[in-house]
Amino acid sequence: MEKCRIIFSGSGGQGIITAAVILAEAAVLHEDMMAVQSQVYGPQARGGVSRSDVIISDSRIDFPKVIQPNVLVCLTQASYNTYSPMIRPGGLLLSDEKYVSTDRKAEARQISLPMYEAVMEKIKKPVVFNICVLGVLISLTKLVKPESIMKVLETRIPSELVKLNRKALDIGIQMGAKHFRG
Amino acid sequence: MINNIKFIQGNEACVEGALYAGLDFFAGYPITPSTEIAEMMSIRLPQIGGKFLQMEDEIASMCAIIGASLTGHKVLTATSGPGFSLKQEALGYAIMAEIPCVIVNVQRGGPSTGNPTHVSQGDVNQSRWGTHGDHAIIVLTASNHQDVFAITVEAFNMAETYRTPVILLFDEVVGHMRERLVIPEKGDIPLVQRLKTAIKRDVDYHPYLPREDGRLPMSDFGEDHRYNVTGLFHDMWGFPTDNPQVVHGLLRHLVDKINNNVHQIARLKEYFLEDATTILISYGSSARSALHLGSALHLAKERRTRGERLGLIELQTLWPFPYGIIRQKCENARFIVVVEMNMGQMLHEIKLAVNNPEKVFLANRIDGELITPDDIKKIIRLIQGKGV
Amino acid sequence: MAIKDYIRERFFPHLWCSGCGHGMVLNALLRAIEALDIHKSDIVMVSGIGCSSRISGYVDFHTMHTIHGRALAFATGVKMSRPELNLIVPMGDGDALAIGGNHFIHTARRNIDMTAIIMNNRIYGMTGGQYSPLSGFGTMATTAPYSNIDHDFDVVELAKAAGASFVARSTTYHVQQLTNILKAAILHKGFSAVEVLSQCPEYFGRKNKMGTPADMLEYYKENTTTIGSKKKQENPDLLERGIFVQNDIPEYCSEYDKIIEQAKKTSGGKTK
Repeated sequence: MEKCRIIFSGSGGQGIITAAVILAEAAVLHEDMMAVQSQVYGPQARGGVSRSDVIISDSRIDFPKVIQPNVLVCLTQASYNTYSPMIRPGGLLLSDEKYVSTDRKAEARQISLPMYEAVMEKIKKPVVFNICVLGVLISLTKLVKPESIMKVLETRIPSELVKLNRKALDIGIQMGAKHFRG
Repeated sequence: MINNIKFIQGNEACVEGALYAGLDFFAGYPITPSTEIAEMMSIRLPQIGGKFLQMEDEIASMCAIIGASLTGHKVLTATSGPGFSLKQEALGYAIMAEIPCVIVNVQRGGPSTGNPTHVSQGDVNQSRWGTHGDHAIIVLTASNHQDVFAITVEAFNMAETYRTPVILLFDEVVGHMRERLVIPEKGDIPLVQRLKTAIKRDVDYHPYLPREDGRLPMSDFGEDHRYNVTGLFHDMWGFPTDNPQVVHGLLRHLVDKINNNVHQIARLKEYFLEDATTILISYGSSARSALHLGSALHLAKERRTRGERLGLIELQTLWPFPYGIIRQKCENARFIVVVEMNMGQMLHEIKLAVNNPEKVFLANRIDGELITPDDIKKIIRLIQGKGV
Repeated sequence: MAIKDYIRERFFPHLWCSGCGHGMVLNALLRAIEALDIHKSDIVMVSGIGCSSRISGYVDFHTMHTIHGRALAFATGVKMSRPELNLIVPMGDGDALAIGGNHFIHTARRNIDMTAIIMNNRIYGMTGGQYSPLSGFGTMATTAPYSNIDHDFDVVELAKAAGASFVARSTTYHVQQLTNILKAAILHKGFSAVEVLSQCPEYFGRKNKMGTPADMLEYYKENTTTIGSKKKQENPDLLERGIFVQNDIPEYCSEYDKIIEQAKKTSGGKTK
């Protein structure tokens, strides 16, 4: 496969760094791919614009940062404004309806979905929002299998929360499926 | 074998390497971007009966590991920028008293508090000359997690072989990014254990008398041989002296035991050197960018035949600097481009090493961001007179 | 074992000036160790830099003469890595409380088992008579030619406040008491801080017109008293001698052993 370069962006506390790590770890540990994850450090990670880069590939990855993402996830207006100009032409820009108004032109496929709303309506726990976003993402890109994400989650969260996360992932997968273009 | 495969930060890869090498004592103080090393150690060391100490500052951490090394343990401290400055006096003590220990510096932007969460390679010369007085030192680095692991094991091996502190000079990008690490099976990488004296109790033991092969067998504090350890110039028993002959001999020994073994200590990786006309020399995270560029050009074969023959030397041993090896490898290069994230600290040594220093150029970035393959490409074009 | 067996005789006579109190501290310490019958290979002495720190060269233990102010940090590494050893850390007043002040309070706070001896001569002797944090207001020194305006620490109060579980004070005049205090300090399981007033006739004494070494010892006799004595009630200016604190509180190495037990349990004996 071609290298897939992803930027997750949003505000500290939305769990975007966790989502990025889970995705990359799933690719490495359960799909035998290479992946590199990095993130912006400092006070931003606890509020303000936060960002994490992931590159997934089937060959060695040298330069670890993302300059021009194929896939950009924006979960706040500020992050959308900051990062949308970076996207690779023809790329995928995923945002959440509640937080982002996609008012900019981008040479990319912009998909805005009510992910947060769906999580609050069906699960009522904002903590699994990031897992729902991950569900949409893997459904749109087929980067890794849902089972691989679940295998990573099972090592990271208490067993009583696994079901809840599975539900959030499935909600995302279903939302994404409607927009999948093979 | 999934248990052997990990997806972790470079700092954690360093911890895994240290534990593989037999580390069982760590002392440190929190500082970005090296803190994860201390955090991991606090979890892992007690699980194997080892000791983790969070001291009151970086100075105390450095002192504590030296103390623990003297009782026969493999020891480590980890820090960054300002903390590395604080450790320098005690580092000199370990050099003078010939106490094996490993010091990690995950570099961040400096001087002073600088750019704590951003990358830099500005401590290359501090790692060489940070502590006062004439001395030699071993400084190692790596650019990916598999190498971070391996070079960490090497650092412990060299510390024991040469009875000296060894510095692991990583950087923020490598320390913080996550990638795959495959932990080798036990025995895959040979380990050097503490060389202990065979001299029996009540027989005169000389802690500072080198054997014919240059190595100095040690005796643990708490065992039968009671001797003195000091930062003063000392005789073969470890007692202070200012006898000019002894002072001269000791300083020569401290420098020679490392500088005379530069070929044993030198670690470097080569890519696409066979027909290279331009050679990039880099280390740490900037070597990843250089390798990215080199690989891309190598894959685009038509461009290689067109004359853009780019090779790469990735340094893993920074000090003692392998002048002879670099001179030989760069003999046929038209351009040598040193890729580093500082104002040209390795550049200086490479100019000293090669036959034509005027063909050595710097491709750097000093703004806290990782130098990109594109940055390097542009600088190479300028050097080659092709414009951007 | 005779006292002589505890020293490295070939290095005598020692380098301290005639009349210096530090040899008397060494004497009291060796008598304490002899009385406790501790094997020489079970003792590690860690010292820093200064006149006092040269004491480690004279004793036939495992000895470490380190860098200025950091002896307690080195000692912490030795003790943590090999808790069965007895750690003795002699320091000067500048060594322990100026450059090493932070290590002093933090080592006390941790309550790691070792005996810190603060040989207080109120001056930097090795460098030739500059004022120390214990010289005191109004004293003279080579760096206080017009009189010192630095106030001094009370070592005992400082050690108490920092959480030391054993705190004591004596002088080079009161050698019997000093030996007994050092014995108790070494036996104490936890951090012991022992301040010993030790005369420096060469610098502090001369600069401050304290007279002969014998006069300085006399001064200790006249100006100190046992804790809570009648003399103290009559004359509050007298400095008290004796054991101020002797608490049985959890010791650091023992507590860390519990952490190891806990960590081994939670990791199921595996190293992950």
